[in-house]
Formats: sequence, structure tokens, C-alpha cells
Amino acid sequence: MASAISIRGLTVIRGGKTIVHEFDFEIEAGKILGLLGPSGSGKTTVMRSVVGLQRLTSGAISVFGTPAGHKDLRTRVSYSTQDASIYRDLTCRENVDYFRAMQGHSSSSTDEILELVDLVKNRKQLAATLSGGERSRLALATALVGKPEILILDEPTVGLDPLLRRDLWKLFHRFTAEGKTLLVSSHMMEEADHCDELVLMRDGAILAKGSPEHLRKKSGQANMDSVFISLVEAQ
Amino acid sequence: MSLSRVIASIKRVLLQLKHDPRSIALIIIAPCLLMTILKLVYWSEPQVFQKVAGALLGVFPMLVMFLITSVATLRERTSGTLERILISPVTKFEFIMGYAIAFGIASALQAIIVTTYAIGPLGLEIKGSQAALVNIAILDALLGLALGLFVSSFAKTEFQAIQFLPVILLPQLLLSGLLTPRNTMPRILESISNFLPLSYAVDATKKTLIGQGSIYGDIFTIVLFLLLLLGAGSLTLRRTTN
Repeated sequence: MASAISIRGLTVIRGGKTIVHEFDFEIEAGKILGLLGPSGSGKTTVMRSVVGLQRLTSGAISVFGTPAGHKDLRTRVSYSTQDASIYRDLTCRENVDYFRAMQGHSSSSTDEILELVDLVKNRKQLAATLSGGERSRLALATALVGKPEILILDEPTVGLDPLLRRDLWKLFHRFTAEGKTLLVSSHMMEEADHCDELVLMRDGAILAKGSPEHLRKKSGQANMDSVFISLVEAQ
Repeated sequence: MSLSRVIASIKRVLLQLKHDPRSIALIIIAPCLLMTILKLVYWSEPQVFQKVAGALLGVFPMLVMFLITSVATLRERTSGTLERILISPVTKFEFIMGYAIAFGIASALQAIIVTTYAIGPLGLEIKGSQAALVNIAILDALLGLALGLFVSSFAKTEFQAIQFLPVILLPQLLLSGLLTPRNTMPRILESISNFLPLSYAVDATKKTLIGQGSIYGDIFTIVLFLLLLLGAGSLTLRRTTN
């Protein structure tokens, strides 16, 4: 399989502090890669680098063979940030309408997109009055506009009710079945099993990578939290 | 440039304003209120009201749009929506045009209401045309917008953004000819005022009021400042950051 995203020697130093150190990994097209690690481990910086928002200290990232952040990638890559980048003084529908117009050529209508994140009933509600979970779903909705081939989602399931979380993972798998590639971050190890591949991070470095089964076998642990702990202790 | 994206941005900015009726009220009512106070202050000297009110008409649009734009763009920067836009196919030019046209519409509305109120109930006499006053006000508002856009990149919080008002706008206000005609100020201050955009907006407004002198030179200078400031403002919209 061709790799959709390829990261080589990614290092980001900010204010003298190493945020991400010598990062290497690839994501095959049509797969979900989970970037798992505690808060502060550098997940967001890696994602920002892939979108082209982060100035790299060294290393290179290519997306579909093009340098990350290149103009040609703007309609192909979409990004949803951790703290809902939406207009709080607009309604749900107005937010999605706006981002749809910005991406151009959307295949789904605003209501169809709101349906995916279960916000149809809130469509006329101002984003400022939504709950934290609803707001992050709205942010996710604005990342689903257009026809992105790669979705970069920073903690998309945080704070959500388990049913909704299950539905979102179903949706993500539907996306990969359509050939889309997903890079999803989470600080919750139990999200691991929804992913095809995992990169476990700690303090800006890669602790381990591979499929969930591979990491279980390697560490001899069944529970993902225990996998993480035993990998850290083995270092 | 994509016209549909510019139109979507205009619509978005106007919708944000629409959801904020208190701000709309402030944009419209505050200048009318200030004009009324001015009228009362100079009740016994109508000729002074005539002079100061004219200059003040040139100050409002810039002041209001400077504040609104610096807070609005700062919010775009801190909420992450600006980054979302910069990684989408939208160009910086389209983004700025969206704001410029939407706030241009808002300031046209403000200018029409304030001038109508000043000419009618307050009895301000204008020899030139009201349409010219409104046009100057729109350009003037765009100057405020460009300055606000530029300055917002130097502020980290809305609190800081507001602090730029006394630093950036008040000196311009003092030197613009609002308090005393520019040519009666000390030479050095007059020379400084020649490099401040608000001076030209006040000049053009005063000339329109007395119906004497050509405003084309002033308009040309305002447009030059505007392009320069918008250029500088667009440089502050950076996609990659540390």
C-alpha cells in the first residue's frame, strides 16, 4: 500500500524545549493511525506539523508525496483542533455553512454533516451555548466538509458519551472503507483498539509503534494501559 | 480569487454582528450620543459645534472599526479559526476582503445614520454632499480596519488589544485637526500629522462640510495609506508558527 503520510526525523524545539524528538512513522492510505499518549506528550505538535501549521526544527513530512502544508493539499487534508476552532457567535448550521463554502465542492449538505455528529436538533443553537462535547462535535463537523482524503483529528472523542463515541468510531471506519486516511489522537489508551496502527508517545518521543495486537504481544499485557506502563518501565 | 468564498466570508461576518445586537447598538447609538453631548456642550457657541462636529464625523468610523477589527481578528487568532482558514483553500486576500466589505457595509450604515441625525435634529450645516461624507466615512472605517488587523498581531489577549487604542489612535486624534486646525499647530506637530492617515479623513470631512476645496487629494492619500496598512496587516496572517 502507498503511504498517505510519511514523517522522517521530525523534530520541533520551541523556546529551547524539545517538543517532538526524531519522529518517524508512516500511515498507509485507508488506515486509521492512533496517536496515543498522555497530555503534553507532543501529539498536537505532530498533528500541526502534518497540516503545515508548525515550523519544523528539522525533519520532513510528505503527504501524498507532496511536502506538508503545500497549496495542493488544502482541499485534500482537513484538520480538527482539540479546543474547537469554531465561531462561538454563530449557530451550528452557520458554522458548517461557512466552512463548507471555504472548502468548496461539498458532497454532503449541511444537515447531512450535522447528522453525522448528531447535532441536527441543535442546528439553530449558538455554538457558545453548546456543551463542551457538543462543541467538539461541531468542530469535527466543520472538518468533514468538502471531500478530504486525510482527516487529522485531535482528540475527537474526548468528553463524549460512550454511545456517541462508538458511533463516531463507526463513522471513522466508514471513512476508511471509502479510502480516507485518518490520524486520530487520544490520551485514552482504551481508544487503541479502534485503530489499525498505533504510535505510543511519551515526552515527545515514540515509545512504540505497531498494530494493537503487535504491541500486546511485545509487552505481554492484555490491557492497553498496562501495555503503556510496561513499555515505559522497560525503557 | 473566488467570489463565492468572499461572499461567504462577508455573510459570516455580518451574521456574527447580527447575533450581537448590543454591538450594533453601540456602533450606531454611541456616535449619535456623542454628537448630542457635543451639541449641548457648545449650545451657546453653534459655530464651534459646527467645526468640531465636522471633524468628529471623520473620527468615529476609524475609532469604531479599529476596536471591532482588533478584537474580531484577535478572536480569530486565539480561537484557532484563523488557522483553520489559512490551511483551507481560502487566500489571505479573500479573508481580508470578507472583513473589509462586511465592516464597510456596517460603517456605511453608521455614517448614514450619524450624518442624517447631525444634519437633521442637531442642525449641523453641510455645504457639500452627504454622500461624500458617507464615502469618506467608509474609507475612514477601512483605515481603522487595516490598523486593527495589523495591531491585533501584537496583542495576545483582547485586553491588550484594547490598550492599543490610546497608543495608536489617540495621538492621531489629537493631531488630526479635531482640537485645532492643523496649520495652527507647532510646525513639528503639523509635520507629524502629515504622516498620520486620520488627518486626511478629518481634512476631507471638514472640506465637505464647508463646501470648499477639493477632497480628491485627501481621498488619494487615504487610499494609499489603506493599501499600505492592509499589506502590512496581511503579512501578520502567518500560516506557520513556532
